[in-house]
Amino acid sequence: MFSDKTLNQAHQGMKKWLEEVKKVTNDLQEGKRFSTISNLDIEPIYTPENIKDLDFAANIGYPGAYPFTRGCQATGYRGRIWTFRMFSGFGSASDTNKRWHQLLKEGETGLSTAFDFPTLMGYDSDSPKAIAECGKCGVAIDTLADFEVLTKNIPLDEVTTSMTINPPASILWAMYLVAAEKQGVSWDKVGGTIQNDMLKEFIAQKTFMCPPEPSVRLISDTIEFGTKHVPRWNAISISGYHIREAGSTAVQELAFTLADGIAYVKDVIDRKKLDVDVFAPRLSFFFNSHIDFFEEIAKLRAARRMWAKIMRDRFKAKNPRTWWMRFHSQTAGCSLTAHQPFNNIIRIATEALAAVLGGTQSLHTNSLDEVLALPSDFAVNIALRTQQILAEETGVINTIDPLAGSYFVEALTNEIEEKAWEYIEKIDKMGGMLAAIDKGFPQTEIANAAYNFQQQIDRGEKVMVGTNKYVTDEETPIELLKVNEKVEAEQIHRLKEVKRARDNRKVAQTLDALRVACKSDKNVMPYVIEAVKEYVTEQEICDVYRQVFGEYRDPGFY
Amino acid sequence: MSLERKLRVLIAKPGLDGHDRGAKIVARKYRDAGFEVIYIGLHQTPEQIVNAAIQEDVDLVGLSCLSGAHMYLFTEVVKQLREKGAIDITVVGGGIIPGEDIPRLKEVGIKEVFLPGTPLEEIIKWTKENVKLLR
Repeated sequence: MFSDKTLNQAHQGMKKWLEEVKKVTNDLQEGKRFSTISNLDIEPIYTPENIKDLDFAANIGYPGAYPFTRGCQATGYRGRIWTFRMFSGFGSASDTNKRWHQLLKEGETGLSTAFDFPTLMGYDSDSPKAIAECGKCGVAIDTLADFEVLTKNIPLDEVTTSMTINPPASILWAMYLVAAEKQGVSWDKVGGTIQNDMLKEFIAQKTFMCPPEPSVRLISDTIEFGTKHVPRWNAISISGYHIREAGSTAVQELAFTLADGIAYVKDVIDRKKLDVDVFAPRLSFFFNSHIDFFEEIAKLRAARRMWAKIMRDRFKAKNPRTWWMRFHSQTAGCSLTAHQPFNNIIRIATEALAAVLGGTQSLHTNSLDEVLALPSDFAVNIALRTQQILAEETGVINTIDPLAGSYFVEALTNEIEEKAWEYIEKIDKMGGMLAAIDKGFPQTEIANAAYNFQQQIDRGEKVMVGTNKYVTDEETPIELLKVNEKVEAEQIHRLKEVKRARDNRKVAQTLDALRVACKSDKNVMPYVIEAVKEYVTEQEICDVYRQVFGEYRDPGFY
Repeated sequence: MSLERKLRVLIAKPGLDGHDRGAKIVARKYRDAGFEVIYIGLHQTPEQIVNAAIQEDVDLVGLSCLSGAHMYLFTEVVKQLREKGAIDITVVGGGIIPGEDIPRLKEVGIKEVFLPGTPLEEIIKWTKENVKLLR
């Protein structure tokens, strides 16, 4: 990218600069380590020499074109601002429906659902395993009846909805599709995302149900179904977010996410015999936007470039839509502090800016109080306003990929990419991500990184303001959201009513049909949809999955 | 070399919550600090935790919960331990616990609560000062 003359000048100039600086000051602090939060060493200054092998057309190029380093959309945010998508859900379906209407009124542009733990793990609210969990970490959904309340007066042909749901993803998606149908919205009009990424559950988030192999089969079923019947839906959001929250480095987050993506693509091709260019354009991704500003921007730029190469070179995809990687981002929950919680506003704003400069398609900004509880109305509004300020006041949207060509950002993008390829090669050699999970490889790598980071915090080598530096004894009084304690009893009562009113003969029939489909190589989705229509509960369907496919137990790598 | 046995610590995650970063880090720290650690991991019912604690003959049970169900789950573990006669086993907890819940947890027998941001050394120091070898 640079002439020999420029490179020579840079080389000589750098030497001279260092000598001059050293004459007058010791403040470069050689010997002291300057590193990213993920422990990548950072130089005091970057010059053309650091990116001398960079080829503009091959490595950077233009937005909307291979290798997509500069973003998926040719017009960047000038054409369309990223989607403001606030993850929300608590209490009952009607509590959450109220929050959704409020967020839409305040200018949110997409919905995103948090479910409670029983829903996430495939248990109904009346299960003994659900005691004290109902409505706590998200909204409680047992049957289509709850889902109809959740989406009441939400126009499902206008708003897109993301659902953070994994083992029971097929069921919640079926509920969404049936709820849309009842609103008179046909499936080709509904848009949204189910997270539905089980590999990262075994690696990091740990809401699992069945073992990895059948879990991936169910995912391939949903991808196939979406490709054929719900063309605007993202049947999977391949997620690095939770890998990072579990304590990984930026490189690990990127590498493991891409390796998961490779495993899903391979399974759909092998199992469903679908052409990669038919289904892969709708694969979507989800990354963390952590506090180390430039590292995150570099990671997101590297992610797009790597996926484009994987799709084009490894899977021989020909459709540019298959090469591009669209992703959602969320600011890092684990970077927030319980002490001095108002400082979190600044962290969230910095992380959100990194996601925007990294070219995210949609963004959730955490709320300042999320280390303490689910967000209050007050906190969630500041989080949403943070995005609106970035989009409409700061001017960062005016030009696309503004950091391209920065010696530092390009060098860091290259370095993260190289290190992530090393991990992917290692995983390939193990036989792919399923084999690597079986060996505990990603789990152990993440546990090591998390422990290492905690020790650096404890030694004061890394700083969390208010936690290990600038600590005060004063507690900041802050009003937290309280989930109504009556939710559990009310939800169990509602479930009883639904069970009483439904046609139990049809419930049994649809469950039997589903069981047969699970044991065959048929796509389960049509059977799940039939069951959901008869108000079969989430757990009743999950019990079929558990009986047919078995249950996964935490191997407890630490 | 001392023939005295090491303090045995059981780390567990009760309930459906999958956030195990903290629990694993604490387990590892105990191991590195010379304790004997039994990490039984995720998705444990209070009954499973109590059975493991008694079978493994531990001195300390560390519970981690980030889902908001700590009041019920932590209380159940202490209650069932005591019902089964394990009156000496110390139980501590950690996770996302609102400040106002801490006195309530202590009332039901949770000896200490460690919140996010607690240095690992502090947990080790507390353990050495407060947990005695049983038997």
